[in-house]
Amino acid sequence: MIRNGLLAKLFSLVFAAFMLAPLVVVVGVAFTPEGFLEFPPSGISLRWFQAILDNPDFIDAAIVSLQLGAASATIATAICIPAGLAIGGGRFAGRDALQALFLSPLTVPTVVLGIAFLRFLSMMGLNGTFGGLVFCHVVIIVPFVLRLVLASVTGLDPSIARAATSLGADGWTVFRRITLPAIIPGVVGGWVLAFITSFDELTVTVFIVNPATTTLPVKLFSHITQTTDPLVASVSTVAILFTVALMLIVDRIYGLDRLLIGEGTR
Amino acid sequence: MSGERARPWLLSAPALLLFAVMLVTPLVMTAILSFNSFDFYGGIQPTFGLGNYADVLGDGYFYEIFGRTFLIALATTVICALIGTPQAYFLLRMHPFWRSVMILVVLGPLLISVVVRTLGWAILLGNNGVINEALRNLGLIERPLKMMYTSGGIVLALVHVMVPFMILAVWAALQRQDPATEKAAESLGAKPITVFRRIVLPQAMPGILSGSLIVFSLSASAFATPAILGGRRVKVVSTTVYDEFLNTLNWPLGAAIAIILLVSVLAIMVAWNRLVEKRFAGVFQ
Repeated sequence: MIRNGLLAKLFSLVFAAFMLAPLVVVVGVAFTPEGFLEFPPSGISLRWFQAILDNPDFIDAAIVSLQLGAASATIATAICIPAGLAIGGGRFAGRDALQALFLSPLTVPTVVLGIAFLRFLSMMGLNGTFGGLVFCHVVIIVPFVLRLVLASVTGLDPSIARAATSLGADGWTVFRRITLPAIIPGVVGGWVLAFITSFDELTVTVFIVNPATTTLPVKLFSHITQTTDPLVASVSTVAILFTVALMLIVDRIYGLDRLLIGEGTR
Repeated sequence: MSGERARPWLLSAPALLLFAVMLVTPLVMTAILSFNSFDFYGGIQPTFGLGNYADVLGDGYFYEIFGRTFLIALATTVICALIGTPQAYFLLRMHPFWRSVMILVVLGPLLISVVVRTLGWAILLGNNGVINEALRNLGLIERPLKMMYTSGGIVLALVHVMVPFMILAVWAALQRQDPATEKAAESLGAKPITVFRRIVLPQAMPGILSGSLIVFSLSASAFATPAILGGRRVKVVSTTVYDEFLNTLNWPLGAAIAIILLVSVLAIMVAWNRLVEKRFAGVFQ
């Protein structure tokens, strides 16, 4: 293995600083004792974390986001497992078209999806409802789950399932005892990636929420565009910590690079 | 046998149903909406014409917005390729421990909300922000550099948001290469820069090209970053659509702008793929 030279190490260091800088200032600002955004903070204070508790709006929005992420990730995973088994299980007429359709939400600009959902939901009289939000998010996150499910399905050895069938196992038993345990890392990885994607989603969601179903990113966004106080920084800090915790867990059980590259597909 | 043939379709049925109802129908409805007209008092009129498209394509104001959007996306893509490619290469050659740390640093932000990351850039770039304060304290400037509400500021923050996608794409391509080729070049006396240019870069090219496509299309439709850092002063297509829908309430015009964005992004993607295929076909002949 050839190692990096000094210049390469310096480049990586500057690059890491660039990637971390905006996160570091957000966390730093959150600890300011002052009433305005200042960095580095002139002192350490938990005042703005205390302020979160006095702003039930942010807590309500966070609860909506957690529920939305869990519900949409679960539904997306439930429909992507069979779809992934079908698409990854062998060639059939229309397979490529089906896969292209399920991955297409990645290609359509999110703002277009946002207004399309707004138009659709408002004509159905479902605009701003939690149920409507959930199904819109499912569409957005299906590509992420499907890619990971496909990656694990293509690694399956079909002879094991055939052996189980020849020994008298029915289709459901084969799925439950053979297939599912084999693809479970991909399924769990897909669920977490879908959850995080839903939890962070702004561009589509901003069009289809009402005040009662406002999510955390939407609440943060509208707060930032109206006023700037350190409250947005402390809320963001909590969100960063939550994401980092999830990320470390995923990195342990699945590997962050595998999760994001989705190797084995395309 | 017919049951066997129906099986993949039965398994895909729930997802297919969802996509028919929740994706295809809304997109068709939006396309239809873009042909309707808008009346300030009566709202959306069920007429059918190309009026909105004529309004957008005949107005220099919208040309400026589309031009700015694609320039920002192009600049973001070029910078991401220029800094992401070497970083992906260095990542591959790192000590495994530092590599896993660097992966967290480089890819982790991908999982943190774009709103949060853009807030960080707003704190850094503001007139009284971190960068201006630091430069003033060093005595390098007297007046603050204007970085908020500029295209340059948007590009900088977008590079931060998009560069992980470039690194992922290039890295995936580099992992498929045979490390022995590099060693061979080195043992034959090639300098590191020559190895990078003649051995690594050609093998990274498919990753750079597919990464560029992802970065460009995501940047052209980015919303949170230009909305927070550009506001009303530096408008891009997605923030214009947002204003038409939620402030002006002229939905048909907003839908026409969005459809033009969709079509131009898809056209650029198809053209790019053609170009890449042609180029690579030439390589393999």
